[in-house]
Amino acid sequence: MSEITKTASPVASRPLLKTLTPWIGFLILLLALPNIFSSNVGLYTMNLMGIFIIFALSYNMLLGQGGMLSFGHAVYFGLGGFMSVHFMNYIEDGDFTFPMYLIPIFGGLIGLVFGIIIGSFSTRRAGTVFAMISLGVGELMAASSLIFVAFFGGEEGVSGDRTTGPELMGINFGQDIHIYYLIAGWVFVTVALMYLFSRTPAGRMANAVRDNAERAEFVGYSQRKVRFVSFCASGFFAGIAGGLFALNFEIVTEENLNALTSGTVLLMAYIGGVGFFIGPIVGAVVFTLLQSILSNYTDIWQLYVGILFVLTVMYVPQGLTGIIVMHTAAWRMRRIGLLVLPYLRAGIPALAMLTGIATFLETIHHMRSSVEGETAMSLMGVDFDSHGIVTWIVILALVVVGGYLTRSQLPQLRDAWEMANKPPAKAEGAGS
Amino acid sequence: MTAAIELTDLRKSFGPTEIIRGVNLTIEKGERHAIIGPNGAGKSTLFHLISGRYNVSGGSVKLHGENISNLPPYEIYRKGLSRSFQVTNIFPNMSVFENVRCGLMWVKDYKYSFWHLVDRQRELNERTAEVIEEIGLTSRQHIPAGVLTYAEQRALEIGISAAGGADAIMLDEPTAGMSHSETDQAIELIRKITDGKTLVMVEHDMGVVFDLADRISVLVYGEIIATDTPENIRNSKAVQEAYLGAEAEE
Repeated sequence: MSEITKTASPVASRPLLKTLTPWIGFLILLLALPNIFSSNVGLYTMNLMGIFIIFALSYNMLLGQGGMLSFGHAVYFGLGGFMSVHFMNYIEDGDFTFPMYLIPIFGGLIGLVFGIIIGSFSTRRAGTVFAMISLGVGELMAASSLIFVAFFGGEEGVSGDRTTGPELMGINFGQDIHIYYLIAGWVFVTVALMYLFSRTPAGRMANAVRDNAERAEFVGYSQRKVRFVSFCASGFFAGIAGGLFALNFEIVTEENLNALTSGTVLLMAYIGGVGFFIGPIVGAVVFTLLQSILSNYTDIWQLYVGILFVLTVMYVPQGLTGIIVMHTAAWRMRRIGLLVLPYLRAGIPALAMLTGIATFLETIHHMRSSVEGETAMSLMGVDFDSHGIVTWIVILALVVVGGYLTRSQLPQLRDAWEMANKPPAKAEGAGS
Repeated sequence: MTAAIELTDLRKSFGPTEIIRGVNLTIEKGERHAIIGPNGAGKSTLFHLISGRYNVSGGSVKLHGENISNLPPYEIYRKGLSRSFQVTNIFPNMSVFENVRCGLMWVKDYKYSFWHLVDRQRELNERTAEVIEEIGLTSRQHIPAGVLTYAEQRALEIGISAAGGADAIMLDEPTAGMSHSETDQAIELIRKITDGKTLVMVEHDMGVVFDLADRISVLVYGEIIATDTPENIRNSKAVQEAYLGAEAEE
């Protein structure tokens, strides 16, 4: 009996401080970030990150937690955005008084309402049927956004003004830093709520239904209702993200609920890793960074994101978070150092190969899109001629030599990996 | 006293093929009942009909006097009938602890709650730990169920089925593929967890059947040809002919 209580206790009453530490760290990080990146671009990027973090996490309630592959999650995001921007306008017109910083609630509510409506028929089955329905609903919404002009504003969308609400301690959200803290606050609360949801019976059963829907029915749960609850919650949080988008950009258009946005959120969640709670957070951060930084340097940044996505699906389905988690065993055994040199040995030629591929893509793109006859181009500060023979020799050399050397380094990398992850010698001795 | 499970002229066809051809069977409360028969006799199909995995084509299934034919599996579970599967059927990516806890949440009345935190439910977690102790997986409770050994997964399978404390428990070949010592442990486990409950089991291992069962039914080509005590079944000529004859044909 004593053993039972002993084994039960770590789950039941984990020290509160230990549970709270990551959350306190998260809060401090959110508060500290604008002091580190205080430029306008920095704030803009971080605001977008915050919105996408909520959006991607809400998406992962479907894909990662509930095993539902949705191609139409932008519907709830977009509707939340439209609803919020309309309420911003009502406040501006003086139709009713409501604090501007709580506007995303309306976004969440309409996300929830549509989650209930659409979830009531789409959650009957998971898999292909669910995916097809989500795609259909997404297309339907995108099409109707151009038909119901009164609500969706047609091609130019609906714009609002976030500074018109009643002031909160002299803050009217006129400055970017204000909206940053507003978004940060919402991010903290919604991330906490979504995490807590995953620890409730509904959240646990969502995992169970994802793993084995049939078995879940034989322990008393209707797979459809389990999915439905997750679906509604997911719609709610996506709507909140949409509401924050409306507050941040003060404009919402059809683009916010079309298939492109649905694809973006799938990309973010997957690149980050759908198997982990923090995966979509990592994905949203990486995606936003790629979007805002890479797009300064190249027109074809979306191609790179696409390649990253395909590579993730093919080689690391656990996502970027999965790669990090893979190293925890070696880290705990203090053997991570063994991997540094092998990584460098394989990484440097791999980098050369990737540089070659990127240069190839950029040069092709430049040849296709530049003014007729212009062949001089610049890439990361290096000027060269896109039609020059030297350019192409360098590209070819980088790809071939880099690729060959990377390949030749893989066996030693594999050996090093085995070494670093071998169970400790002590355990081996005890076992034999 | 109403019977725990009562089957009346139960039938199941897949297209033109009738797999279960009019089964009548009454299983009393607290009885340990085994269903035996050659491969392809329809034992698993019969299980699926009772537990709601398949819809019945004709006849009825009654649980404690209430008609449960064609109810969805979760409704039948809520009425007090729980089952395990012949092919191990667990939640592979969740920990052993979570697997068992999933089998407890409905009966502990959490339903689809999103306002309770599972880790803070002391009674739920203590009961889960007790069940894990009973199935002997305490030291393995935090690893994903998918990486357990086969015998451990079988034990977990039984644990999930029995965790909720259903009055009637159906086990589909609980010892299939186990070694001798594993089988002995499994029998002990089954005896322990089904104490005072109704047990229906499909089993190929005759040692297990004669050891555990109060009564045995013999199912051959979708029909029950005999229901009797182990002693009488062992000595029945008709059973031997039908069962062993069919077995020899394979």
